[in-house]
Amino acid sequence: QTYLFQYTFAVTPAHIKRLYKRFQALDKGNKGYLSPQDFGSVKELATNPIGDRIIGAFFSQGQETVDFHSFVRILAHFRPLDKNRAKRPDSPEPINSRISKLRFAFQLYDQDNDGKISRDELLQVLRTMLEMQVTEEQLESIADRTIQEADLDGDNAISFDEFRKSLEKVNIEHKMSSRFLH
Amino acid sequence: NWEQDGFSQGYHAIGYIFLPGDGPQKRFTAPPVNSPAWTQVSPKPQTQPLPVFTINYPRIQVPFEITLWILLASFAKIGFNMYHKITIWIPESCLLISVGLVVGGIMYAVHGMPPAVLTSNVFFLYMLPPIVLDSSYFMPTRPFFENVGTVLWFAVVGTLWNSLGIGVSLYGVCQIEALGLKDINLQENLLFASIISAVDPVAVLAVFEDISINEQLYIVVFGECLFNDAVTVALYNILSFVATMPEVETVDVFLGMARFVVVGLGGLFFGFLFGFAAAFTTRFTAHVREIEPFFVFMFSYLAYLVAELFSLSSIMAIVTCALTMKYYVEENVAQRSCTTIRHVVKMLGTMSETLIFFFLGVATITTDHEWNWGYILFTLLFAFVWRALGVFVLTQIINPFRTIPFNFKDQFGLAYGGLRGAICFALVFLLPQNITCRNLFITATIVVILFTVFIQGISIRPLVECMKVRRTNRKLGTINVEIHKRLMEHTIAGIEDICGQWSHYYWKDKFKKFNDRVLRKILIRDNRAESSIVALYKKLELQNALELLGPAPSDLSAAPSLMDLHVETKPTARTKRNFPASDLRNMHELLSKNMYKIRQRTVEYTKKSALPNDSKVREILIRRHISIRHSFRVGSFPRTVWNLNVSSLDNAEGPGLEDKQSWKMTLHPCSGSRGTDLELEPLSATSSVSQLQRFSSRQERPLQNRYHQPERREHELGQQTSREPIAEGLWGQPQRDSWTAHRYSRSRDEHRPGGGNLPPSAPTGWAQEPLIQKGGGSQNHLNRRPHWRPHNPHGPQSPGQVD
Repeated sequence: QTYLFQYTFAVTPAHIKRLYKRFQALDKGNKGYLSPQDFGSVKELATNPIGDRIIGAFFSQGQETVDFHSFVRILAHFRPLDKNRAKRPDSPEPINSRISKLRFAFQLYDQDNDGKISRDELLQVLRTMLEMQVTEEQLESIADRTIQEADLDGDNAISFDEFRKSLEKVNIEHKMSSRFLH
Repeated sequence: NWEQDGFSQGYHAIGYIFLPGDGPQKRFTAPPVNSPAWTQVSPKPQTQPLPVFTINYPRIQVPFEITLWILLASFAKIGFNMYHKITIWIPESCLLISVGLVVGGIMYAVHGMPPAVLTSNVFFLYMLPPIVLDSSYFMPTRPFFENVGTVLWFAVVGTLWNSLGIGVSLYGVCQIEALGLKDINLQENLLFASIISAVDPVAVLAVFEDISINEQLYIVVFGECLFNDAVTVALYNILSFVATMPEVETVDVFLGMARFVVVGLGGLFFGFLFGFAAAFTTRFTAHVREIEPFFVFMFSYLAYLVAELFSLSSIMAIVTCALTMKYYVEENVAQRSCTTIRHVVKMLGTMSETLIFFFLGVATITTDHEWNWGYILFTLLFAFVWRALGVFVLTQIINPFRTIPFNFKDQFGLAYGGLRGAICFALVFLLPQNITCRNLFITATIVVILFTVFIQGISIRPLVECMKVRRTNRKLGTINVEIHKRLMEHTIAGIEDICGQWSHYYWKDKFKKFNDRVLRKILIRDNRAESSIVALYKKLELQNALELLGPAPSDLSAAPSLMDLHVETKPTARTKRNFPASDLRNMHELLSKNMYKIRQRTVEYTKKSALPNDSKVREILIRRHISIRHSFRVGSFPRTVWNLNVSSLDNAEGPGLEDKQSWKMTLHPCSGSRGTDLELEPLSATSSVSQLQRFSSRQERPLQNRYHQPERREHELGQQTSREPIAEGLWGQPQRDSWTAHRYSRSRDEHRPGGGNLPPSAPTGWAQEPLIQKGGGSQNHLNRRPHWRPHNPHGPQSPGQVD
């Protein structure tokens, strides 16, 4: 399995071992998989505004449990990018590429998975990220402005391409990489 | 009674000059020094009428003067803080020293004596402990322990490097004939250098907070300042001993090193000892809540004094004591005592700090100075150069071991932020009299202190801004970018939390196990192995509730607007709004000020002069609490909310809580047509599950009572935070759901007698996964509400279920 991980996710064996230890530590009751309560025991996630969405990201469709494979798969999104990786034309996009990371972020917004960030979805996220001193009108203005800036095809929602375009100047590789997975 | 020495008499004289004369008993002659203080009138042979109005200054002199000094310093502080602009550019420490200088000048002109109160003893025994206690009590433990290696590295090795470097170079300078300082030998130079190289926490941290430097730097400097005391004290003792010896042998060098180790570890040991003693004591204070804060102060002070007794590092003792004690004590004591402790610690610390700077200014004027241009200038130069070199070299060595390496700008901040302060000052006064150039040393120390505090202190802010040392992020891109970036930062913070901290996780985990199994049982009164979320939430809810009791809660003023969220968005295409530039600017400002800051990496640190507040965390938790009220329509998105059975607080604290319980606010749903489907959310804490089960049986009845107090805090505007104990928390425990569902429907009926009765299917309504059942029920993996389980379409899981 280690080889599988290495090949698929380009995670080093040392990391895999650590991740496995972490998986086991999180897995209260030694079930062999993680359930949402296990994620809940990570204290800081409760105070993270989007903590619940992050947890949700681990559970793939219809699943109530996360096995180690999925655990690593999600975390592998956050590996720093190998700048030296030779680009092979036929290889699939590595999971920690820029596009992949952007897709992960997009899906944090797009909860209903329709490929677009609607105004509601945006408002939801804004609301969690902003403190309570902001009034609803202000929130709505911000959401409107956001959509206005990004929306190129006039459908009042942000598609993945528009999302990608709006962030083209941002160093996603750096922002969405965890130093722990280096 | 009062001292017989000169300055007291001088004060006495002042008292007599300035105090109003009194009636027939004019006493312009100095009173007889030896008369007992209570007789005011020299007994005269003739009979005297009964004195109607007497003044007895000597009796109250010492406390009176102390109080006056403190008041004066506080007024100065008030004065500075009224003009915000000043404190932005000039750190408060500078201002205080200036005021001290002015006052010192006045006093010098009057009678040329420093105030009696500032002796080294007073400084070390009374003024330093509160400051160190304040700093260490509010030290953020997690970043500290993450950086403990770097901190110790800089503290120990850095200070040694500085001392040796400065000492040797000064010795070299002394060899130059032109300066006429040949007589200062190596030991004395080293001694002086060890005094000078101590970076002072008081001065540095005040400045660093003013410029909101990034957390990593803050912690490293902070830790370094606290811990270099061990090195400084040890070095000082060794060298002062050695300076009086005619010659040094190698055995002494080894003894010196052994002494250094003893000093450091001894301080740690006593700190732990008293910390645990304090924690243990508070276990039994349930019935004497009024004196609970006392123990914190007494034990930490005791740690300090005992360490001083054995000539160990008292600062390390008090730091360790505070760190050890804090965690357990805050669990044991009542909420009120906790607040009191924090507040008093802050108060004492701030006061001491103010006084110290103030006295620094005063003493500058009033000491005898010996001035030698060369020595002093070279001291300044070497102090700066060696610190810069030291920081640079040490960083290069330790950077590979750090998870966030220090870049060049950080190093600049570290080096430039090496301000010297009052500790150097006190140490130099402690120098034995037989050192030849004592006055020169004193002068040089004062010059270095003044230079660093004023010049470096004032210039560090513009320099940091100029060099863009890592501070809080503030870039003006598009709104899009700002929002998305923040989302990504939160994501990474969350992911990293899930990953755990690699390098320290093993030890942290081990310690945590030990803590839970052994320490908590001994030191904490009600040992419930609570998850820290639960504990945190409880405390915050309580604080929140207390605040809401007060006058118009400003932090909930936005709540109604949130509550008024219109259910239907206007789905019709909005015409494109034109956003004027001012609007955009406002938006940027809103976003930058109001978005939750990420707690890691480059986080703005709390102001030292302010009480730490958990408002951000509280906001998130309140918001989540309130979000249960959000109208819930099919097609909207589920939110996982962490809620807590709040009435478990009944058991948690002591007598202080009854008043809180009585006014519990009630759920008052906003009038409106929304079918207020309420989302029941479970707790995240797994370990507290059993606790809640225990409490749930207790609350059934009291809850009903609370529900019948609808008049309490009804606003027209909207709902308020409900103290509703949502007994949910139990993953997959359906009977709780139904019970609370019952309650909700009942309550709604109570409050809106005419209003629609919640249809019996309502519980199913909101309990069900409100997914847009597009595409044949495929559920978005991100859409999972993993907590949801109860109303299983596969059938009722308990008899009590409303379905």
